[in-house]
Amino acid sequence: MLTNDLIQNRLTEKFGDRVYNFSAPYGMLTFDADNDINLKVLGFLKEDETLGFTYLNDLTAVHYPSQKGKELAVVYMLQNIHAGIRVRFKVFADIAKPDVFTATGLFETANWLEREAYDFFGVNFVGHPNLIRIMNVDEMDYHPLRKEYPLEERTRIDKDDEMFGRIAQ
Amino acid sequence: MNQKQNIQLPEGSLGKQTSTLNLGPTHPATHGVFQNILEMDGERIIDAVPTIGFIHRAFEKLAEHRAYYQITPLTDRLNYCSSPINNMGWHMTFEKLIGATLPKRVEYMRVIIMELSRIADHLVCNSVIGVDTGAFTGFIYVFEFRELIYEIFEEICGSRLTTNIGRIGGFERNFTDIVFQKLDHFLKTFPKAMEEFETLFNRNRIFMERTMGVGGIGAERALNYGFTGPNLRATGIDYDIRTAHPYSSYEDFDFSIPVGSTGDVYDRYLVRNEEIWQSVSIIKQAIEKIKNLDPTIFHADLPDYYLPEKEDVYNKMEALIYHFKIVMGETNIPTGEVYHSVEGGNGELGFYLISDGGRTPYRLHFRRPCFIYYQAYPEIVRGSMLSDAVVTMSSLNLIAGEIDA
Repeated sequence: MLTNDLIQNRLTEKFGDRVYNFSAPYGMLTFDADNDINLKVLGFLKEDETLGFTYLNDLTAVHYPSQKGKELAVVYMLQNIHAGIRVRFKVFADIAKPDVFTATGLFETANWLEREAYDFFGVNFVGHPNLIRIMNVDEMDYHPLRKEYPLEERTRIDKDDEMFGRIAQ
Repeated sequence: MNQKQNIQLPEGSLGKQTSTLNLGPTHPATHGVFQNILEMDGERIIDAVPTIGFIHRAFEKLAEHRAYYQITPLTDRLNYCSSPINNMGWHMTFEKLIGATLPKRVEYMRVIIMELSRIADHLVCNSVIGVDTGAFTGFIYVFEFRELIYEIFEEICGSRLTTNIGRIGGFERNFTDIVFQKLDHFLKTFPKAMEEFETLFNRNRIFMERTMGVGGIGAERALNYGFTGPNLRATGIDYDIRTAHPYSSYEDFDFSIPVGSTGDVYDRYLVRNEEIWQSVSIIKQAIEKIKNLDPTIFHADLPDYYLPEKEDVYNKMEALIYHFKIVMGETNIPTGEVYHSVEGGNGELGFYLISDGGRTPYRLHFRRPCFIYYQAYPEIVRGSMLSDAVVTMSSLNLIAGEIDA
């Protein structure tokens, strides 16, 4: 029977203190891992017999401007389809050098999801076969979902939404 | 006009034995804004390069600047063939974040709405497979019943396609008697039409030969590509969010998960048809269950999050205060990260919400099923005929709005 405790034990056995911050908000086991072992963690979760997380449920990125040196997070969510259990983990990257190894070798799912994360956040997935923009035009020279970009054009004063709490961060 | 025409040919294109074909983005056979650059050897496809993003509207960025109760209209425009499921999925995600439990009647009402929209979604997809194989009749015929479903939505929330149905915590108003009459009418007339629709296609020689063995994908590849929904179940894997991660009291219902075996267009078609029958049965069960519950309950008691009725806002102090707090963003929202998924019309629609306690989400990511499985399209159509590629595309139930977000 696969439980969150079992998964956590297997992971700490294998990776020691390179996986940390375990918690289970809303029932889903979440943790952080070192940037350079993301593929090892993914591969272990996928190929270990007791774990069997063969399904990459989701992959996305998050921008935390206040965490210096760890501004960009790449979030992986995997699922063991037979047991119906999901895990989620994050790896962090420096926004000045946002290199993260690509998961396309393990999961075909990762291909477009990583392109999306690159397009929106500028995460450089090292080894990706076709890392080009997927939603926005190729000529775009910034990554729009980073927090420094406001939603509205700054020159427009008629759309000042500060009253309603929509302040650009 | 005398200017010399300077045609720049790509390198190597003069001696090339194959031809390049642009299928889309505004091709009538693609049912949406899709572009596929096909490399063709005669009528056979050697390679396909899908381009997406033509109707990208930056929903994830927009969502970071909208209060929680204002995000529902964004979800409408993802899979617009079954927007109520998206709306409910978003409400449930937020309810999961705040830890709300809903009255059973509200959950059953949601089940009715979600299953109706699943029927509408599957009807469109399956009848369009018919259109692409040359049979227009079925499409025209079942659209009458999609119309009946839309009339029910209209009666509940006032709109039809992009519904914005329900609120955080329940519905904005109760189901009226007319809703139940319309439901009754739909449940009485639809099964007969569905039977005829199945008679028209299921054992139709032309339809079978056009769809069997076309656009197939194996279970292992489908999992690797992140398939969900009917497309995954057609390969033989019984993964359905409604049973794997039950939400909205689906565990109270008795229904089965149809699976296929070969994962081709015909199997997808059959799986969807059977799901329509299962949905009809779920709706009937839900109506029976609702009859025994207090008919006045249509939302949970969540004054901090559920917008009160306008009548009360004008006449009651409490309601006015809560209305002000919700609209001005004075409510305390819990911080945390939550993922919730629902079984959408074409697969697992997930919401990954990060809240930092502010009025708007810190980050909201939509896990859009057809964005994820559309990347398998080149592999599926490689080696098939051009006409099969069109049928394959419609059988995958690709919705441009959902792919591009």
